[in-house]
Amino acid sequence: MIGMRYLPDVVTLEYDETKCNGCQMCIIVCPHAVFTIENKRAKMVDRDACMECGACAKNCPEEALSVRAGVGCANAIIIGAIRNTEPTCGCEDNSSCC
Amino acid sequence: MNMESKKPDWIIGEIKSNIGEIPVVDTNLSLSDRLGGWKVGWGFGRNNYRVDPGLYAVGNPTEESPVFVSANYKLSFDRLRENLGGLDGWIMVIDTKGINVWCAAGKGTFGTDEIVTRLGYTRLAEVVSHRRLIVPQLGAPGIAAHEVKDRSGFRVIYGPVRAADISDYIKAGNKATPQMRKVRFNTWDRFVLVPNDLMASFKYALIAAAVLFIISGLGRDIFSVERMINNGTVLASLITIGYIFGTALPPILLPLLPGKSFSLKGVWVGLLLFFVIGWYSNNFITLFSNKLSLYAWLLLLPAISSFVTMNFTGSSTYTSLSGVLKEMKVAVPIQAGAALIGLILLIVGIFI
Repeated sequence: MIGMRYLPDVVTLEYDETKCNGCQMCIIVCPHAVFTIENKRAKMVDRDACMECGACAKNCPEEALSVRAGVGCANAIIIGAIRNTEPTCGCEDNSSCC
Repeated sequence: MNMESKKPDWIIGEIKSNIGEIPVVDTNLSLSDRLGGWKVGWGFGRNNYRVDPGLYAVGNPTEESPVFVSANYKLSFDRLRENLGGLDGWIMVIDTKGINVWCAAGKGTFGTDEIVTRLGYTRLAEVVSHRRLIVPQLGAPGIAAHEVKDRSGFRVIYGPVRAADISDYIKAGNKATPQMRKVRFNTWDRFVLVPNDLMASFKYALIAAAVLFIISGLGRDIFSVERMINNGTVLASLITIGYIFGTALPPILLPLLPGKSFSLKGVWVGLLLFFVIGWYSNNFITLFSNKLSLYAWLLLLPAISSFVTMNFTGSSTYTSLSGVLKEMKVAVPIQAGAALIGLILLIVGIFI
């Protein structure tokens, strides 16, 4: 992913290390290696690589993670703005999707 | 498609299980599978390329064999089964409304509820003796593994991101290497997106080309058919070529284009197009006979390219919603302003 880092300091990912039970689900599901394991607890090592997919928060049984999950897609944001909804891909109306 | 009315050609037999016959699927893709995949790659019929949800078998599975979960977008299903060659297992296809795993997970249709519901419909608990589901990692945004366990007794095990790694993953005892867990976005990954992106807005490019063809006839003498044909043909061709390269270049050049925001990356492509098409074209002189239209294109091409490239965020594998919102707040007003001024200059230029 050389040359492909997105904007720094923008993501909404928050992690409360004190709640971590060391199950490592966040490490498994994250497609961008944001977390690693250290002293039997998850450690957030690359927050700016997060794409806010929400997999970690969804799979954390201790609710130690939170993020406003959504699609990083300009077209979805435009469609959402036009329809006055959350950003959404045009999958429902049989047009282009994702 | 109803399986009772027409059995798809990728079903090659049936296998007995505790609940009756289960269709066995081919792990080799046929020519029609490949043509179908190629077709949706160009954006045709993407929303109606599905398989029926339910339980399928590969090889000669027993009640000990692993269960793989797939979306009912046929391309997702094909990608899985072609990588299960030589393995014995079950595939549980869940109903994602014909949407691929990643996009469906984002919407929640590839999700906890659907898995639990589908487990009930397929009676999987009677077919296999174990309680494990191998789910593609990119399905994780829609699934809470601990909830699936609580509600169905099945443990969700996240497989690799890419189906091509499944064989190695199984051999390693359901263990994924860090590389298997990461999404890529290499040159080839980006290149295969180009056909669909080209088709997505091609009609708008053609409309723009047609409008500019007609506008080319305008002048101080109101309208000249000869001028329309002379200038219009060149201008319409330029717009079409500009659209093709403006759409294809940003994905391919992505890491090389300066800047982190996609809208800025697009500006460079627009400027490149301006200089390549304009500077080195003999028609440049006759076409842009006055300075106003020259400035118009200097604004229009980067504005359009910036917008097109910004929309490529949706195809990328590393942009976040917060990041895209942030760049759009800055970029969209600038793009709109540049396009508006460019259009005014273009129209004024025609009549002076």
